[in-house]
Amino acid sequence: MTTTWFESADDAAARLRAAGYLTDDATALTAYLAGALEKPLLVEGPAGVGKTELAKAVARAAGAELVRLQCYEGLDEARALYEWNYKKQLLRIQASGGEDTWSETHDDIFTEEFLLTRPLLSAIRRDEPTVLLVDEVDKTDVEVEGLLLEVLSDFQVTIPELGTVTATRRPFVVLTSNASRELSEAVKRRCLFLHLDYPDAERERAIVTSQVPGLDDKVAAQLVDVVVRLRELELKKAPSIAESVDWARTLIALQIGDLDEATVARTLGVVLKHASDQQRAMKELKLPR
Amino acid sequence: MTLLDTHIGFVEALRSAGLSVSLAEGLDAISALEKVSWHDRETVRAAYAATLVKRHPQRVTFDAVFDIYYPRLIGSGVAGEDAGPAPDGPLDTGPELARFREALAEALASGDEQALQDLAVEAVARFGAMPGRGPGLSSWSAYTSLQRVSPAELMDRLVQGLLAAGLDDERAERTAGRRIGDFTRLVEGDARRRIAEEKGPEHVVDVTVRPTIDRLDFTAARRSDLEDMRREIYPLARRLAARLTKEQHAMRRGPLDVRRTVRASIATGGVPLTTHHRPRRPHRTDLVVLCDVSGSVANFAQFTLLLVYALREAFSGVRAFTFVDDVVEVSDTFRPGADVVEVMESLSASISHAALWVRTNYGRALTRFAEEHADAIGPRSSLLVLGDARSNYSDLALPVLTDLAGRARHSWWLNPEHPRHWGTGDSAAEQYGQVVPMVECRNLAQLGEFVHQIV
Repeated sequence: MTTTWFESADDAAARLRAAGYLTDDATALTAYLAGALEKPLLVEGPAGVGKTELAKAVARAAGAELVRLQCYEGLDEARALYEWNYKKQLLRIQASGGEDTWSETHDDIFTEEFLLTRPLLSAIRRDEPTVLLVDEVDKTDVEVEGLLLEVLSDFQVTIPELGTVTATRRPFVVLTSNASRELSEAVKRRCLFLHLDYPDAERERAIVTSQVPGLDDKVAAQLVDVVVRLRELELKKAPSIAESVDWARTLIALQIGDLDEATVARTLGVVLKHASDQQRAMKELKLPR
Repeated sequence: MTLLDTHIGFVEALRSAGLSVSLAEGLDAISALEKVSWHDRETVRAAYAATLVKRHPQRVTFDAVFDIYYPRLIGSGVAGEDAGPAPDGPLDTGPELARFREALAEALASGDEQALQDLAVEAVARFGAMPGRGPGLSSWSAYTSLQRVSPAELMDRLVQGLLAAGLDDERAERTAGRRIGDFTRLVEGDARRRIAEEKGPEHVVDVTVRPTIDRLDFTAARRSDLEDMRREIYPLARRLAARLTKEQHAMRRGPLDVRRTVRASIATGGVPLTTHHRPRRPHRTDLVVLCDVSGSVANFAQFTLLLVYALREAFSGVRAFTFVDDVVEVSDTFRPGADVVEVMESLSASISHAALWVRTNYGRALTRFAEEHADAIGPRSSLLVLGDARSNYSDLALPVLTDLAGRARHSWWLNPEHPRHWGTGDSAAEQYGQVVPMVECRNLAQLGEFVHQIV
């Protein structure tokens, strides 16, 4: 059984926009290809440009459910794939009181009832359309990548006691990465690759106004202008889209109708999170202290 | 050439440019192309990029190769052919040149990308043709076109125009510079396209494709490359730091922590299914960095210093000294959280203190270091010397270096030159290399690898 995720690149762009995610052409095309070729999509880029949001938007646009696997250091098979509920198994053995034979017990405790499914397995077993989000995949250890390989290439999981579980309906897989570590060639080879970067001024203005209703067009233009200039500076952490949206919300909360230099100086902490970055911005933009 | 030939040639060119494109990925690209419409060149580019380019720094290389194999247009395109009857006189001088520059000034002022692209095509067609003696020998030159059109002379006019449009001084100048730079790049790109058309793409790829920024030699870097490299330092440091913590955690399994293991075993009826271990104490070294900051290797030394300081937490202490023929301590420049640009400025200022006679003299610098800052090196510290070991045929002070290296726990010498140049001319790399292990470090990738190793 296959799902048609998007009809074409234009369709992807339109439906993602309806779901509240403004794409550029390359993003829409890659999202469409990921659905059409049934390949996982590896999204890379700086923090806060909407990598995770893309997966959520695909789920909203296609009416699918989102299954999320948040990766972290020390993530293992038991928390990514499946685990036997050994406490329940122990209880089951104790409750039978030694009346059953060993083979009966064995057959009994390795069944569905004692299986705890984790995100990867549940995404594969679902019959409804599913978006599987493997978030921050660069945070995991190399062993987990090996685990992902089987899931990503064949969409199946082998459980020794039960056999192989194959996906009835292939999920739309999105992997996100901050590139803090190079992923292995094997994983990359199986994925489509998309690098999300800071948007151009026009698109950013559209994103900010759509995310923050009630923001004056003039203020939005001023805000995006400042953010673009900040990104040109040599900063430790350039402001991301998430931060410009935060900034817009701040301005709404403070009921500021005009983003002049004094206001920029006062609220700079929302977008720049390093003391040295703030000083540099003050100096380069010639802001009053 | 059929479509498949072009595809195969394109993939081959990407491979020879250093992208590892597997057979499976090539097949993916073809099935992706089946799913998209071909009327838009950018769609084809995006489909190829999604399936073939799996590392962002390689995108620049990919785009360059793509432009050669899938050119924007053939010859002068449709616009060039029906440009109307040719005006009197030669096409590339006098009134025609003036008219062209006028059009260019207008396009630059408005920032119209399509107009600039068309003008770039026209510039190469008119002013860049180099007729050859026979068929197949003619060529195109971006250099000649740019010399004739000289967009840089339009800079002042452009700045004035932007100022009138309400931009402030600094931004007007930056915008003007960027637009003229863009036009220059467009002309260069178009000349490449025409040469590729004439001689076949495979001949052009080898000479035009530059290595990615992390593989670019420090000594071969242009000004703009250096800025890009500087931007790469912090991300690189962050990547290294992330990798280090991960590896330290992996090696963390120290002796068994009995208390935690027993406590955890209660959940499994007293059977210790999982054991817990005490973390190991991480080992940290003192680092002493001695940098040659004379003209030829100054960039390399600055990058290394920046990277080392960005990873400050991984060392228990870092002291840095710069020298040309005298030694100056610059550790104070690198305050925690200091601004990169300011650090770079004060570093270049310190160079004037480090030079007495403005000729690199390793022997003198090492001797002075041993006299004045001998306390910096102890049994817990590591010594790192940065430089090309070109000492202008002066005394090398090998015994001094031997003594310093003997007192330090470890010592290395990073050389930004290719090993085949070591020992040539006034290079004392071989003599020094016998005292201190000499490591080749020509680009950011090698630098990152080395710093990772010593931590």
